[in-house]
Amino acid sequence: MKKINLTINGMTVTAPAGSTVLEAARLAGVDVPTLCHHRELTADGCCRMCVVEVEGNHNLPASCVLPASDGMKIETESQAVVTARKNILRLMLSNHPLDCLTCETAGGCRLQDYCYRYDVGETTFIGDVADRPKVQCNPFILRDYRKCILCGLCVRACREVQCNDAIDFINRGFESQVAAPFGEGLEEGGCTFCGLCLDLCPSGALQSLVGHGEGRVWERKTVTTTCTYCGVGCRLKLQVNDGQVVGISPDFDGPVNRGHMCVKGRFGWDFIHSPNRLKTPLVRKDGRLQEATWDEALDAVARGLEQTRDQHGSSALGVLSSARCTNEENYLLQKLARVALGTNNIDHCARL
Amino acid sequence: MAGLATVLGSGAMTNSIDDATKASTILLMGSNATETHPVIGAKIKQAIRKGSKLVVADPRKTELARLADIHLQLKPGTDAALLNGLLHIIIDKHLVDKEYISQHTEGYEQLAEQVKSYTPERVSAITGVPVHLIHQAALTYGRAAAAAVLYTMGITQHSNGTDNVLAIANLALATGNLGRPGTGINPLRGQNNVQGSCDMGALPNVLPGYVPVEQANQRFGQIWQAQLPEQKGMTVGQMIDGGVRALYVMGENPMLSDPDGSHVAQCLDNLDFLVVQDIFLTETAERADVVLPAASFAEKEGSFTNTERRVQKVNQAIAPVGQSRPDWQIICDIAQRLGHNWHYSFPGEIFAEINQAVPAYGGFDYNSLESDGRHWPCPETDHPGTPILHAQGPARGRGVFTAVDYKGPGEAADEQYPYTLTTGRILFHYHTGTMTRNARGLGKHRKEEQAEINPADAAALGIASGDRVKITSRRGSVETAVIVTDRVPEKVVFMTFHFRESAANILTGNFVDPVSLTPELKVAAVAIEKVV
Repeated sequence: MKKINLTINGMTVTAPAGSTVLEAARLAGVDVPTLCHHRELTADGCCRMCVVEVEGNHNLPASCVLPASDGMKIETESQAVVTARKNILRLMLSNHPLDCLTCETAGGCRLQDYCYRYDVGETTFIGDVADRPKVQCNPFILRDYRKCILCGLCVRACREVQCNDAIDFINRGFESQVAAPFGEGLEEGGCTFCGLCLDLCPSGALQSLVGHGEGRVWERKTVTTTCTYCGVGCRLKLQVNDGQVVGISPDFDGPVNRGHMCVKGRFGWDFIHSPNRLKTPLVRKDGRLQEATWDEALDAVARGLEQTRDQHGSSALGVLSSARCTNEENYLLQKLARVALGTNNIDHCARL
Repeated sequence: MAGLATVLGSGAMTNSIDDATKASTILLMGSNATETHPVIGAKIKQAIRKGSKLVVADPRKTELARLADIHLQLKPGTDAALLNGLLHIIIDKHLVDKEYISQHTEGYEQLAEQVKSYTPERVSAITGVPVHLIHQAALTYGRAAAAAVLYTMGITQHSNGTDNVLAIANLALATGNLGRPGTGINPLRGQNNVQGSCDMGALPNVLPGYVPVEQANQRFGQIWQAQLPEQKGMTVGQMIDGGVRALYVMGENPMLSDPDGSHVAQCLDNLDFLVVQDIFLTETAERADVVLPAASFAEKEGSFTNTERRVQKVNQAIAPVGQSRPDWQIICDIAQRLGHNWHYSFPGEIFAEINQAVPAYGGFDYNSLESDGRHWPCPETDHPGTPILHAQGPARGRGVFTAVDYKGPGEAADEQYPYTLTTGRILFHYHTGTMTRNARGLGKHRKEEQAEINPADAAALGIASGDRVKITSRRGSVETAVIVTDRVPEKVVFMTFHFRESAANILTGNFVDPVSLTPELKVAAVAIEKVV
């Protein structure tokens, strides 16, 4: 692949030809702030957070849509750039409630992060505030459009990844907002609640209703694992707070799904803590399943299997394994059937 | 799977997900991918937007059927006839890949002779698909530089499911759509680890790595230090249907997932001994003598193998809930009580044994699965993995063409049972609903079955969306709410098997495919009456 060389903040950076300046900068480990950019989506250049100074240019171009070329000299944190970013943040804050104390997204909000980074505590643009709604029309996604900065990531995610076009911008200028068609509910607009929009939202406008209020971002540690539902094998991150799973975040490095999920994987994790979970072994006594100790239950299992084997032979024993369980568990259970019970009567629901 | 393994030497998806969904032509059969494999469904939609052609064969107007270039809305259970018809036209228009056929296959002449009788007119009469659409589909697939077939249970859950799979293999082999990027025969596996369960030998006829049971002692006698049985075992259906007297069930719910539910209940009650190990008290567990509480996927570690043969890590996030234990520990506990001194201290030790037992898994390292992502076969540590199977020609040497004849479903609609019931899943629930109905959002969003019925049939029966009907087959009756929609054609009704209150498998019959023994869950003759 052809390479190009450019200078970023005084460093010589080599990048593949065809890279944008943002990509070249990130490749070199330079942290350029972005709000409307995501590597899985078309670059839009609309939030202007990623503006940079290019030697010989009069304006400050958005680096996410600026093709890098040989010999370019880029400054990513010059005074002009920082001033521009501060103004952009102040403009955004003029339409964004400063309720970070209670906001579900605080700590995971890039708008908040950049305000901190550039020391922007409030807006200097005092005036009318756009009247945008807070909508809850389903049990999965809360839309608080008062917090929306119109970056369009949700719209592009729905168009380019989920391909449902369930939401888009409506109105113009000051009145602009994101909405489902005709202001109806998301599902009526074709949303299937894959949740990618809320996972990309940089400003708390889209929030998960499942796990809402169950811990701030900084209280949640994440554990990367593989989804338990269908055979696609999406990678995801379980969020854990105080020994409980309280949410899910996408794994954009997941080799199959690259951050994308479906409503079951994204919002269907909380069966883990359902009050209906089995929590103790049960043994049938007097015709009724009653709580038992593990020793009682395991003894009963061994006794039951051995009795049948002694009376009717190994071929009277059967074992159903599970496509829901791990490779290790399936391996062990078929080994148990063949080695310990002496039968090939082992199967699972591959046909169902 | 039985079908594919016979003709190619392997029963798994031949190509990776990303590869198959980037094909210039995708033939999707019997798969409602946007609801059952939503992330794959989305990738197919992305492919359409980038210019790929999509042909969907499905009795229902699924989302992808609506987006398809060609929708072949065939009558349930007529897939083999349709596939023969497509091949008939492909041969007729000289679109077969002669070089591939001569180098990599056997049995072509017989096949060509046999599909001669599947003229478009005859196929149209059997399937109900207009002749011109059969032509268009055949030319679209036949002319594509690379075409991939993706299919699911709509192909296999028939009394002639193996024939359907063989007919798909015929189509792919005849056009040389195998072993190259963007081609292949790709069964999408429905559950997180069906592929892995099969690879691990949780099957009655093969051991880990698909070693036939007849070679059990030769291959595993030493590794396991045991004398092993070499007779084929029984399938789920055979075991439940009076085949065994004691049953140990781990993480399955045959009460809702298996056909002829009333019969299943009776059989389970007739067992001398039933053990169920699960995370919830399922309908099956309620009938058990002993119930063992298992840990969920968040409470244990190990690996899953996804539909494209990619082995991925499962990591523990929290401690097991209550007194529940990971399934692997419970199995070890039972083994010990049966006099076997198994002492695996964590799943990695089991995986190390799998490395030895399954050559295709030989190159994986449990401790680096997290960042690995290779597809099996991966026999050595430095092997790159195999995203595309059969690249050097079919694994068994030559791919076998197997002429298949169309046989009707096990149970056709008649005067007494004039409707055809077909079953499947919806987006918001999963399998027997054990997990999804216990999830707050999903459970709230879709609370009950909504059987789909065509507007013409609804009008004839005097029913509207939201009304309740009684659906009856030769096996039993269930009550359900209906939704009137043209997603289903006339005389076809669709139900899921997610809801115990309207358990569709009370209605389905135990007609099984003679080779794979897969039950015909996609076709049952039923009568419908309004509940007043």
